Amino acid sequence: METSFALIGKGYVIVAADTTSARSIVKMKNDEDKIKTVSPHLLMSYSGEPGSYFLRRIYRTKPPTLSNPQHLPPSDPHAAASWIRRSLAESLRSRSPYSVNLLVGGYDTAAHEPKLYWIDYLGTVSEVPFAAHGYGSYFVLSLLDRYHDPEAPLEEGIATLKRCIQEVSKRLIVSPERYKVKVVDKDGVRDVEI
Amino acid sequence: MNTFVNKFSTHSAVSQLKRAQKLVAADEDEYSDAAWGSQGGFGNMIKGIPNFTVPAVPDPAAFLRLHTDDHADPSCKIKIQHGTTTLAFRFQGGVIVAVDSRATAGSYIASGTVKKVIEINPYLLGTMAGGAADCQFWETYLGMHCRLHELRNRERISVSAASKYLSNLVYSYKGMGLSMGTMICGWDKTGPAVFYVDSDGTRLKGDLFSVGSGSTFAYGVLDQGYRWDLTDEEAQELGRRSIFAAGHRDAFSGNTCNLYHVKEDGWKFIGNYDVSTMYYEGPGDVPGAPGGGYGYGIRTEGRSAADPPASS
Repeated sequence: METSFALIGKGYVIVAADTTSARSIVKMKNDEDKIKTVSPHLLMSYSGEPGSYFLRRIYRTKPPTLSNPQHLPPSDPHAAASWIRRSLAESLRSRSPYSVNLLVGGYDTAAHEPKLYWIDYLGTVSEVPFAAHGYGSYFVLSLLDRYHDPEAPLEEGIATLKRCIQEVSKRLIVSPERYKVKVVDKDGVRDVEI
Repeated sequence: MNTFVNKFSTHSAVSQLKRAQKLVAADEDEYSDAAWGSQGGFGNMIKGIPNFTVPAVPDPAAFLRLHTDDHADPSCKIKIQHGTTTLAFRFQGGVIVAVDSRATAGSYIASGTVKKVIEINPYLLGTMAGGAADCQFWETYLGMHCRLHELRNRERISVSAASKYLSNLVYSYKGMGLSMGTMICGWDKTGPAVFYVDSDGTRLKGDLFSVGSGSTFAYGVLDQGYRWDLTDEEAQELGRRSIFAAGHRDAFSGNTCNLYHVKEDGWKFIGNYDVSTMYYEGPGDVPGAPGGGYGYGIRTEGRSAADPPASS
């Protein structure tokens, strides 16, 4: 089943999402990148089959902060999360709502602070130090309660993420085998191989 | 309104049915006390073999299932206690058994001081998840048979045999509405042993199990901290910390944690720890505890992810 995690550390946010794209009981694809780089310092993972369509909606109606960071103040993850939430909330009240769960991770270049927002398909936003969506969250949230450290350097953050992935593959029946992992920090977004 | 009227009217279909059932029940229950054993053992046969009072329908089991199965129908009339977190694991120093103490009926917390570890005998412990009455009754009954085994064979029953006795017993009631998920833990000739037995008839031997609605949260902490060569103190701490994790994250688990340790000379009750106290202050002055509260906010207090450039 679809699972995504994210956690912050000293000066960075790690976002991880599984790479499977499933239809019924069949895995149709196993290298799907479900983490979008929305702006130079902003990542968004989406889970739920209409995720990519929601993304299109976001791009169609790009807010100024997301589309053109050069003309505007440094991109603010909080503003971005609020805008994405609003977009989701509007769609929720339309005839065919997008049911997508999101994790928005960004680096606030003005405050030099990583930020993470957990957003569910109903448009709930909460700023959190770590987050998870899907069945994996049942195993991983207690683990992160125990092991997460907001001051951990990147290597330690990756190690904690690996614990999460290992736990989910140990206990979840339909666990994903591959994950895409991305990091955003003061230098922007980059992929991480695990 | 209609249902209200029906409930109290004397000629509705429901009341007629009730009267008919009462008639049947009265017929069955009318034994004089003298009938028990007074006529050479045949006295209680006067009115046939005594039986459980069951719903007056062709298939009582199906009837009961219809009204208790809250997976299919959340608005069912009879709700069986489901939410729980229990865990047990085997390690170098014996067996650790840890449970929460919350009993819920739907969204209501019926009790916060339930004993979910059943002390079958000085060498055997059973845990309680699912129907409280089912676990309590059948594990006590199991204790009785373990004692009979001891008297007949002049040696203690193995954990394997005891758990198999229970699983065979519940299997014979399969489909009749029993609901239990239990771990039978103890120490026998073979050393420490843990068996998982449930009302489907599943029986599994293993090193580490967690059962109940909070089990996923407990597994998250338990799996990551588990090693065979844990010391006694580390193992007790792991059990306690895992139940705390579940009590914190799962709405149907919590209140307090009961901790037991089984060694070669039988089980020992280690302690009872309040989940809220563990969040803020930790389990107190116990061996193995890191000191300080287990809560995320308490543990990471004053730590910040902000990374401002060093000012020169």
